[in-house]
Amino acid sequence: MNWTKQFFYRLYREPMGFFGMILVALVIVSALLAPFLTTHDHNALDIANRLAGPSADHWMGTDQLGRDVFSRVVMGSRIAVWVALVTVAMSLGIGLVLGMMAGYGPKWLDAALLLLFDTLRSFPTIMFALALVTVFGPSLQTVIIVIVATTFPVYGRMVRTQTQALCNNEFIVAEEAMGAGMMRVLGIHILPNIIGPLFIVASMDIPVVITIEAGLSFLGVGVRPPTPSWGSILNDGYAYIRNTPWIIIFGGLPLIVTTLGFTFLGESLRDIFDPKLRKDL
Amino acid sequence: MLFYLLKRIGLAVVIVVVAVILLYSMIHIVPGDPASVILGPRATPEMKQELHELMGLDRPFVVQVASFLGKVARGNLGMDFFSQRPVAQIVFKQLDETLVLVLASIGWAILLGIPLGCYSAVFRNTFSDKLVGIFSIGVIAVPSFVVALYSLLFFAVTLKWLPAIGAGEPGQYMDQLRHLILPAFAIGLGWVGYIARLVRASMLEVLNENHIRRARAFGLPEHMIVFQYALKLAILPTVTLLGTGIGRLISSALVSTVLFVLSTTISDSINAMLDPRVRERL
Repeated sequence: MNWTKQFFYRLYREPMGFFGMILVALVIVSALLAPFLTTHDHNALDIANRLAGPSADHWMGTDQLGRDVFSRVVMGSRIAVWVALVTVAMSLGIGLVLGMMAGYGPKWLDAALLLLFDTLRSFPTIMFALALVTVFGPSLQTVIIVIVATTFPVYGRMVRTQTQALCNNEFIVAEEAMGAGMMRVLGIHILPNIIGPLFIVASMDIPVVITIEAGLSFLGVGVRPPTPSWGSILNDGYAYIRNTPWIIIFGGLPLIVTTLGFTFLGESLRDIFDPKLRKDL
Repeated sequence: MLFYLLKRIGLAVVIVVVAVILLYSMIHIVPGDPASVILGPRATPEMKQELHELMGLDRPFVVQVASFLGKVARGNLGMDFFSQRPVAQIVFKQLDETLVLVLASIGWAILLGIPLGCYSAVFRNTFSDKLVGIFSIGVIAVPSFVVALYSLLFFAVTLKWLPAIGAGEPGQYMDQLRHLILPAFAIGLGWVGYIARLVRASMLEVLNENHIRRARAFGLPEHMIVFQYALKLAILPTVTLLGTGIGRLISSALVSTVLFVLSTTISDSINAMLDPRVRERL
């Protein structure tokens, strides 16, 4: 059996991972095909029909401005997936570079970078977000900066520890003895050895990142209206929770589907690829 | 051990200092001026100058940071400019409510999580164990504010069993308890999953050890083996997790309250950024 076939076979054998994959596929397809799936323009106002319940025309009802909640939820998946991909890729990249520098470089650089990692991690995300919003104004970019700044230290610390552990291995020492430069040692020998587990951690970070984005937008310091983020849809619904429950019900549903899907998939991927990473039996 | 402890504490102090410096530099980077935010768009330059001197914003950056850190070292967190009350007082008023909430959330999570983990370990690889496993991962994954919104919708709005907002009348413990249930449920639910998974994992390890096999050979009842012999050892990693977890919850709540009140200028500048009349002037 070839590699991909084996992978899908094992994923299929894990019902949880399979279920997760279906949910993730659902989210990704809706993000890719969002313009074709929406039934209305997601920003079109229809004041006469405001706060209407679910119907054949508006599958998930309308919000306080008469906008179609279903179309907004579908468009919201674009924001969620986009933020997740961009931030995880950026945190991974920055964490890799800084972590390898800390693990391989001189001691003072290690100490300085560790201090940077620990300081950034000690900031509560919300407070950090508020501070950054005052500097840059609330926007998608600010959300991305906040998430990257609070998550790359985690990768950085992981990469640093693994680099240090590898540095004393004989094949690295031999390479150095033959006169290999830092770029060669880090890029050709250390990077391939640490990247695998890192990708698994990154895939498990995706639901966390999506939650942070939705949380910030829910608090009003994230994506600006009228852009439909799942968090801001929930924020709209929260104001009308007493009379119109469907905005909250349908606004929260995609978040639950996405976080469950990515988490189930991530857990199964970890079990399949790297049983060693699994701390619990 | 003592050296390690001292080193960690020293590092924590350094981190706080760096964080404060970052915050102060943010106040300076922000395009708005705290004085014009506080005084509003119609303030004269003289009024702004006076407020600057009052808040110490006219002094050099290094002096501001140093004098603030010096005051903090003496236990003085300064005054909140808007309410004119000591920041420490505001923080500690919030702190006991926060503490009660954190302890209540973790408390019910422990009460449910530990038995769930034990059950899973004893009946490992059965259908109900898998069910508990999926439940644990599920509640860890789902964002707590979505749990909060859904439970608010269900218990407070639809069923009207529990109040939706506020902390209850001071002194009336039943009322305060009723206000505590929903937030404690939302915060604690994820912890149930964490605790159950951790207890299951360490319980599985302990159940394979020799002294447990010996206890079984002596014919002790299974519930006694699990709860009296194995749990005592299996609980240790969970205690560690709870220690750091509670610390983290409280400290993030505390830090965010402190920082919130301290840098009122920052959070108020947000309003300024959102207020188009002020934004145009920035």
